[in-house]
Formats: sequence, structure tokens, C-alpha cells
Amino acid sequence: MISNSSHPVTTQAALTAEDVNVYYGSNLAVRNVFLEIPKNRVVAFIGPSGCGKSTILRCFNRMNDLIPGARVEGKITFKGQNLYAKGIDPVETRRYIGMVFQKPNPFPKTIYENIAFGARINGYQGNMDELVERSLRGAALWDEVKDKLKGSGLALSGGQQQRLCIARAIAVEPEVILMDEPCSALDPISTLRVEELIHELKQQYTIVIVTHNMQQASRVSDLTAFYNAEATETGNKIGYLVEYDQTQTIFHNPTEKATQEYVSGRFG
Amino acid sequence: MTIDNPQNFGSDRPSEASNFNINLAGRYKLDRIFESLTWIAVAIALLVLATLIIDVLADGLPRLSWDFLNNFPSRKPEQAGLKSALFGTIWVMSVVAAVSFPLGVGAGIFLEEFAGDNWLTRIIEININNLAGVPSIIYGLLGLQVFVRYMEPLTGGRSILSGGFTLALLILPIIIVSTREALRAVPDSLRLAGFALGANRWQVVREHVFPLAIPGILTGTILALSRAIGDTAPLITIGALTFISFLPEGLQSPFTVLPIQVFNWVSRPQREFHDNAAAGIIVLMVVLLLMNATAVFLRNRFQKKAS
Ligand SMILES: Nc1ncnc2c1ncn2[C@@H]1O[C@H](COP(=O)(O)OP(=O)(O)OP(=O)(O)O)[C@@H](O)[C@H]1O
Ligand SMILES: [Mg+2]
Repeated sequence: MISNSSHPVTTQAALTAEDVNVYYGSNLAVRNVFLEIPKNRVVAFIGPSGCGKSTILRCFNRMNDLIPGARVEGKITFKGQNLYAKGIDPVETRRYIGMVFQKPNPFPKTIYENIAFGARINGYQGNMDELVERSLRGAALWDEVKDKLKGSGLALSGGQQQRLCIARAIAVEPEVILMDEPCSALDPISTLRVEELIHELKQQYTIVIVTHNMQQASRVSDLTAFYNAEATETGNKIGYLVEYDQTQTIFHNPTEKATQEYVSGRFG
Repeated sequence: MTIDNPQNFGSDRPSEASNFNINLAGRYKLDRIFESLTWIAVAIALLVLATLIIDVLADGLPRLSWDFLNNFPSRKPEQAGLKSALFGTIWVMSVVAAVSFPLGVGAGIFLEEFAGDNWLTRIIEININNLAGVPSIIYGLLGLQVFVRYMEPLTGGRSILSGGFTLALLILPIIIVSTREALRAVPDSLRLAGFALGANRWQVVREHVFPLAIPGILTGTILALSRAIGDTAPLITIGALTFISFLPEGLQSPFTVLPIQVFNWVSRPQREFHDNAAAGIIVLMVVLLLMNATAVFLRNRFQKKAS
């Protein structure tokens, strides 16, 4: 637990980051991140491009393991467990901490198979048809696709594809969903649908969302973390967490000047 | 060249301020020159191919008959046939496919999906790329020593197995390289999507990567097999250039194959044997086309299934 009074500890923490540094090869990309993500809240990561939002996000479900040369220092805990401790299996971790990517990436298979895959590989014992329907309803997609479950997932619109990816993520019944700019490839209407969806999902899941859209951050999130990057003498940019607080506070009464400038669009 | 340009947009700026020299006429000219050059390249290739085929057809077609397919080789050209060579080719190619496909695809999957990027895999990679360029006769020497001599109890010496193994070695690098290329063409986003759901590597590869790569893998494999079916040098090296007037009885039988039979006929002085050779080439080409057609058929089926 972090005993930092400026950090809003409201409920039980789902995820924490304690002094996390991430390296790509020998380059330090993000440094000294302390963060506590409470259960059943939506946390937004904002900040200029290249400041390490995606990098930190990937630490939470160990997707960084898949990047050659990436190295994580420090402690990331999920429900008190250090995810980077010896003996922790990243494959199992990812079933509890799902991810939705920037570009919708449904499998080139049927809509049904897109949902069923995750459940099947994780040894789901229940009724698959029910699970598919429940997941699609959960992602507010059921009514649009219920007649074409055997159709290709790629035949959907971008917004529908992204909701299919969300449905796919919740089908394995995770506790946390990480979303890396989930709406950046979507039109405003689809974006709104996904945002509404996030509001509903909050009841059951903890959500961390990276976004470049300030309105979106203020609309969907309870807490906001603002990251920034500073250049070293060698020209490398190192990201760090500037400020983390209630979204209200970050947007209307931030402590740091940089935050104030960024959220009001007068940055750089 | 003056082009009466109907789309004269005029310019809002004084002309001396412009840094652009549009020069449409010159650009179109370059366009046309390159178009003609590429067209000439196509024409030359087609011309050579057509000459070859017409020549072979003219010489060989009259000789082509059921008897030609169904007779064993003979000293009398008009009675000679290529039954043993045709069957030998089918047997050998079956061995080649059965050995090289699983080994090559397996190695390709391992190197591309499972192996990390370290000095060992890099050395393996460099070696495989180099092996793809080694002359086939070197593989013949290797096959002679290893399969025909050392492994004689298993292969039966100058047998179908030895020939098949040798040709399989020859095309293994090609299959590995094309498998890796096909796998690399599968977008990473699909792998990430699989991993993010808690799949392990094998599950991701089997369910998402491999099905998408199959068409490419099949294309590469068939190209490799086409190379194997026509390659004579390694088989001559392991001693398959013999007079065979019986059908193979098993994997350890001695054998001959179509290109060797053709080679044999071509090297005789009589003109009639040369016609036999042309007819043999036609048969070889038909077998090749059938093989390619099978591959295209399989590929289309998998492509439909994947989408
Ligand atoms: N796979 C990688 N290999 C090497 N360096 C990387 C890799 N991914 C990110 N980086 C570096 O890490 C730093 C942080 O990148 P990251 O993608 O986390 O930024 P971001 O905040 O998500 O940016 P954006 O808003 O543009 O998505 C950047 O300097 C980037 O160059
Ligand atoms: Mg990012």
C-alpha cells in the first residue's frame, strides 16, 4: 500500500504500481511510477504522446513480456500479489486482467468464435451459447449481431468490432480491463456507445483507459493520472507520472502547473 | 511537346515566385518508357517459354500414348516407356513431401514463433538461408554418404528412401524460409489479442496464426516440391541412374524417376530416343501442373475457411 496522502484511497485497491521503471533495451522509458487503482473505478491515463501511458498499461497484464528487450523494475500488485514475483504465470494473469487495443483486432473468424475462443482455452465448463449471448449483451452488441453470430467478425463496422473486442475480453470474466485508446479509431457515435458501455462495465470491473481525448477522460473516469515526459541530456525522453487524483480535481483544480496547462489545451 | 491543357487552373501567384516545375509531359514520357520496358520483359519471358513448349510438344506429342506410359524402358525406342520412372517419381515425391513438410513447417514455426532472438537462433537462421543456396549436387554427395552408406540397413542403399530423404534435405531450407515468411505476414495484433485473453503461445499459433499462414506455407511448399521433382543431380549422385524395368515394391526398392529417364534418353544417339525424351518432359510437366493445381485447390479451401 502506498501511504501517500495525496493519493485518493477510497476503496480496496485492485492494482498498484510501486516505484515502477520500464526499460526498452538500455533506454529508460518510464520512471518511478507510484499508482493505486481502486476496485470498480475507471481510471484514465492522459498525457502527451510518448510519455509511457501504454507502457505502464502493459505492465499490468505483463504484455511487456512479449516485447523483446522490455524490462520492468519495481513492484506491480494485483489484489496484493506481486505480478512480477517468481512463479507468477503471465498467461494466468492475463485471464484476470484483460485488454482492449487501440485498433479493433477481432480474430478473422465468426463472431461466435471470437467470443468462445477465450472461454474455451481457459477451460470454460458452462453453456457456451449462453456465455456468448451474455458477453455480447454485456458489450451492448447483442441486438446488432444476434442474427449473424456465424458471420465473420471482420464484417462488422469499426465501432462494432471494438465492442466485439470488449465482449471478447469480458467473456473470460476478468476483474480488470485495460483499454489503450479504445475509441481512437471510432466515429463520435461509436465512441459514445463505448463510453456508455464503460459506465456500465464499471459496476463489475475495474477499468484503466488510456485516452488522448480530454472530454472522454472527464466523462468516463473517476480518477485521472497525468503523465509527462522530460528529455535527458542524451536526447532520450523519459516518462513519469506527474499527478494522480480525482478526475474532478485534475481537470478543475490540479496541483501541478503542467497538468493545468495540459488539460486546458495550452501545452508545450 | 505542347499539350493543350484544358484544365488550366491559372495561378494566383506571380509565376516567378513558383518553385514548381510541373513538367507533366516529361513525367508521362518516363511512365511510358518504363511501361514498355516491363512489357518487353514479359514478352521475352513468354516467348522463350512458348518456344520451349511448342518444341517439346511437336517432338513429343506423337510419341505420347497409353503404351508409352505403361511400358518399361527398353533398348528399342518405339517400345520404351516410362512406367517405372513415373511410379518412381510418385513414390519418391511422396517420401519427400511426408518428410519435408512436417519438418520444414515445424522448424519454421519454432524459429518464428517460439525461439527467442539470441545468437543461437541467429546462427541457425544464417545457416538455413545459406543452405537454400547450396548446389543440389552437394546434397547428393551428402545423401550418398549418409543415407546410402551409413544408413544402408534402414534405407536399403540406393533406394526410394535414400532418394526421398536427399531431396527432402534439399528443399527443407526453402520450406522453412517460406513458412517463416508466411507466419511473419500474420499481423501481430492477432497474436496480442490471443495473449491478452490468457492464451499461451501454442494456442495462439494453432488457432490464429497458423490457419492464416497455411495458404502461404502451401505455396512455398509446392514451389519447393516442384524443385525437387525436377532435380536430377542429387539422385544421379546417389546412384539412381540405372536401368529399372520393374515397379518399386517398397521404400527400400531401387528406383528411377522421370527427369533421370529423360536424361537417359537424351544422352542416347538415336533420334527416336530424343522424341521419347520430349514425351517424357510432357509427362513431367503434366505431373507438375497436377501438383500445383492440388496446391491451389487446397490453398483456396483454407483461405475460404480462414475468412
Ligand atoms: N516496443 C517498444 N520498443 C522500444 N521502445 C518503445 C516500445 N514501445 C514504446 N517505446 C518507447 O517508450 C516510450 C513510451 O512509449 P508509449 O508507447 O508507452 O507512449 P504513450 O504514452 O502510449 O504514447 P502514445 O500516446 O503516442 O500512445 C516512447 O519513447 C517509445 O519510443
Ligand atoms: Mg500509447
